[in-house]
Amino acid sequence: MTTDVTNPAAVRTARVREIASDLRELRGPLIPILHAVQEDLGHVDQVDVAVIADVLNLSVAEVHGVVTFYKDFRREPGGRTTLRICQAEACQAVGAEALGDHVKRRTGLSFGKTSVDGKLTLDEVFCLGNCALGPAVQVNGKLHGKVTPARLDAILGEAR
Amino acid sequence: MKVYVPRDSAAVSVGADEVAERIQASANTIGRDVEIIRTGSRGMLWLEPLVEVETPQGRIGYGPVALEQVDGLIAAGLLDGEGESLGLVEELDWMRRQQRLTFERVGVVDPRSANDYEQNGGMQGLRKALTMTPAEVVEEVTNSGLRGRGGAGFPTGIKWRTVLGADADLKFVCCNADEGDSGTFADRMLIEGDPFVLIEGMTIAAYAVGATEGYVYLRSEYPDAVEALTKAIEAARAKGWLGEDIEGSKLTFDLHVRVGAGAYICGEETSMLESLEGKRGTVRAKPPIPALEGLFGRPTVVNNVLSLASVPTILANGAAAYASYGMGRSLGTSVFQLGGNIARGGIVETAFGITLGELVNDLGGGTASGRPVRAVQVGGPLGAYLPVDQFDLPMDYEAFAAAGAMVGHGGIVVFDETVDMAGMARFAMAFCAEESCGKCTPCRVGAIRGVETIDRIRAGEDRSKNLVLLDDLCELMTDGSLCAMGGLTPMPVRSAIRHFGEDFSA
Repeated sequence: MTTDVTNPAAVRTARVREIASDLRELRGPLIPILHAVQEDLGHVDQVDVAVIADVLNLSVAEVHGVVTFYKDFRREPGGRTTLRICQAEACQAVGAEALGDHVKRRTGLSFGKTSVDGKLTLDEVFCLGNCALGPAVQVNGKLHGKVTPARLDAILGEAR
Repeated sequence: MKVYVPRDSAAVSVGADEVAERIQASANTIGRDVEIIRTGSRGMLWLEPLVEVETPQGRIGYGPVALEQVDGLIAAGLLDGEGESLGLVEELDWMRRQQRLTFERVGVVDPRSANDYEQNGGMQGLRKALTMTPAEVVEEVTNSGLRGRGGAGFPTGIKWRTVLGADADLKFVCCNADEGDSGTFADRMLIEGDPFVLIEGMTIAAYAVGATEGYVYLRSEYPDAVEALTKAIEAARAKGWLGEDIEGSKLTFDLHVRVGAGAYICGEETSMLESLEGKRGTVRAKPPIPALEGLFGRPTVVNNVLSLASVPTILANGAAAYASYGMGRSLGTSVFQLGGNIARGGIVETAFGITLGELVNDLGGGTASGRPVRAVQVGGPLGAYLPVDQFDLPMDYEAFAAAGAMVGHGGIVVFDETVDMAGMARFAMAFCAEESCGKCTPCRVGAIRGVETIDRIRAGEDRSKNLVLLDDLCELMTDGSLCAMGGLTPMPVRSAIRHFGEDFSA
């Protein structure tokens, strides 16, 4: 099968099909496939859902149901930097809410939103497993502990 | 010269990588030969980054080491164990007060090295198990008194016996590593600090019940743990510790990591199984129990990380040695996790029976803020909030249940006097509303009604009537929910009202 490389949608579809085909033999392949698609292409697009459903011989509704159930799967592109702030109890006990409010004020974003320039996605998370060194945040997968508003500003400055 | 610097993600979160690099660079500058070994964390998280230097007397510790202190410490003799140090790490009060069985090697060995694992007592449990019959292994685990460390406390041996007795073409061992509860990080630290012990524990479980495939369901919020375990599984395969004919025993067992996708409910065992099968993580009604119809409908052992990681030491040293720790029907050791607003947070592995107050005040040193402790939440977001006057409670499943609380997985989150307990009760309901799988109404709708009712109480609207309504709602959620998500959310809410009722009045 050849793909029209000048057509981005066709390129994407071909790539999704390739990923899904590579992983289809796993037991319970759907979630590993969705992770791999997101890792490779940044998000799980609506058009990807039909392709994955086809490869796995599932209904589109079934794949759609799974994609929308799990918070990790993005339906649209995220920012180049993803900042996740822990808002769970242990971090709340040491000022996580105030830290969240600070970031929201500074960036003008609320949790779950991406800046219009595509630089930053702000998200909340419930527990990063750093409960003795809170407040904790994760920047593009890297964990930071004992984060003050000033330290967070510095971390964000470096990430840009 | 061997220098140990943790690679545990908590240590790295406060600069351990930069400190390790700086030590190497600084040593190079002065022409000293150093070998930096990246370990897990000892669990003294307030001392991270904790640098240890090997000396003839033992490992000397320095911490917390800030990046800008490294050159000065080296000039003062750090590489020879000299200068201002914490002394021998093993001799620190925090370490001496513990009984480390499951966490024996965490912070000590290089978690990437199978040889290190083996040289420090690893694989003895499996090798012992392979000299016994599967039924004898199950018996040994039963006799140890080991109960599920995930929270429910079900006897591990009984679960294994059910799977062993089930007749099937295929059986599975699943490790629930979806450690989503706030205040818990022991699973993460164990997997990052000593992943081979989990692999060994799962292999023993597989042998005991006749399983050939294993899955570790690990949460996506822990990318470093995913990497550590994946690397360890590869190393174990290369050593012949996984795969076919393990250690020449004809045992075939292989292990795979599956990464979750940000759903708290998948920590519930049946939701986890649905997720592993590639479905929405909704809970299943029980029966059938997973031991008989689990993953893909096959008999499945589902255990928590710490339960499985406790098995190698039980087999290596015998059930009686393990059961000699603890109290009542809570035998062995548990890994308590101190977090939140605490001066000395981290991991304490000790026999059951230590009191809440000893953990929070003696080991934990009270709050980080220096203000008085007001409340502690034990056992995760679904656990009770307890006041200081309950600090003499021993960590024991039954004693906690009698007090309307739960030990759960041993997570302890400390709050100082500034906490608003009505706000925490509201958060418990809001968290349940956000994370409910939606399958049953008491949880899905009840949690939303709970938030609304607490809001009315806080606004002073028909307060006494709404408190009665809230209590009724809690009763319904407790009795009518399919799983512990809806069934236990009332525990933090009711305990907050019972012990901190003043926060719910004007």
